[in-house]
Amino acid sequence: MAHIPDGVLSLPVLVAGGTLAAGGLALALRRLDDRALPKVAILAAAFFVASLIAIPIGPTSVHLLLAGLMGLVIGWATLPAVFVGLLLQTVMFGFGGLSTLGVNTVNIAGPGLVLGLALAPVLTRLSPARAGLLAALAGGLAAAGTGGLVALALVASSKSLAATAPIVLATYLPLVVGEAIVTGLAVSFLKRVRPETFAAAPAPLAAGVHP
Amino acid sequence: MSDASLAPDAAPDRLDRLAPRARLLIAAIAIVAAILTGSLPGLAALLAIAAFLALTATADPRPLVARLAHVEGFLVVALAILPFTTPGTPVVAIGPLAASAEGLRQALTIALRVNACILIVYTFVGALGPVRFARAGGELGLPPRLVALFNLTYRHVELIRGEYLRLAEAMRARAFVPRSRWHTWRSYANLIGMIVVRALDRAERVDEAMRCRAYAGRIAARVAPPPLRRHDRLALAAALALAALVVGLDRLLA
Repeated sequence: MAHIPDGVLSLPVLVAGGTLAAGGLALALRRLDDRALPKVAILAAAFFVASLIAIPIGPTSVHLLLAGLMGLVIGWATLPAVFVGLLLQTVMFGFGGLSTLGVNTVNIAGPGLVLGLALAPVLTRLSPARAGLLAALAGGLAAAGTGGLVALALVASSKSLAATAPIVLATYLPLVVGEAIVTGLAVSFLKRVRPETFAAAPAPLAAGVHP
Repeated sequence: MSDASLAPDAAPDRLDRLAPRARLLIAAIAIVAAILTGSLPGLAALLAIAAFLALTATADPRPLVARLAHVEGFLVVALAILPFTTPGTPVVAIGPLAASAEGLRQALTIALRVNACILIVYTFVGALGPVRFARAGGELGLPPRLVALFNLTYRHVELIRGEYLRLAEAMRARAFVPRSRWHTWRSYANLIGMIVVRALDRAERVDEAMRCRAYAGRIAARVAPPPLRRHDRLALAAALALAALVVGLDRLLA
């Protein structure tokens, strides 16, 4: 739902999204230790697989984006992980788009990355229950942020598409609810089962500290 | 690797003679042309060309039809409400709502353009399969780290999916039926948490195994790709010429 296909957005919006994504990716890749690549890849694969699960919410079902969870667990690596996930979707299933890769990466990874970076240090000190509540906030806000950015991309593209933005935004409601509930419960699960997931430095990036 | 379950490696098609990076470039040219084309006849022409290429290139058109039948949810919403939210001369009225001619035209424009792009991506990119796609991306200047990350991720998707399927089967064996209720959400959250835990463990093991083999984070230097052959250059030139023709006529006649 968050993947805008080719052929909807205007050229300036596509270029802006592409530039923003390229800059963010360059920054994120520079922070990534080469030795951490296999670890980041395996976690990216895990989030890719998890996002294929259909979660029933009310009368519909949603595929989660898990950007909030990614931001909390893998920090900066969220950007390349989402980018690679989008590429895989394009090549494996033909979904999404080529020209919209940048916009979609920013829309999906951006809010989760910002929230993850801001909240991950707080998460380490909390009990599983409180960590779950905070993570629910991060997950819900990240999904709402994605919805907002998708609507923004439509508004910026053309006047006629702008009128559809509020309705598009409304379709994000089930996703926001599902994302908040599942992210919260998953983080409280991880806090109980594997608390070191939320150690001071996000797990896969900490690989660089190895002697 | 075997990837039969999630995405069977692309079947050989009639475009296989083209270099993968030439195919990526042709797709890019065609998508830019579709974005720059604004008139209905221009877009219809592009869609016809894309459909012709897709049908001649693929041996089995059935997955293509399935792909076209699936439209992004938000696109359905956008196309359904565009005629009613765009001001203009009313054509059809449903109760208090009136669909304007301009709105219908807008919706049709987007539908034509999106479908043309789907056909192009399906034919020139999707049929490449992930491995050749990543190589072509690297040859076109994608950073080596990103290419390595893509390949490593693709390598593990099927393995992690195996973990997921085993966990899901264990849930089914305990009579789990997904519904819209708290128990389902908690179960799925635990499932996702468990996938992450197992991925972290696997990442640790793979990291150790790779370092046992003296992996120090170096990615093999990029090998210069062979130059594009004559038919690659011809195909690129034809794509450029066709794109220029459609966009030119579109601008001229608009």
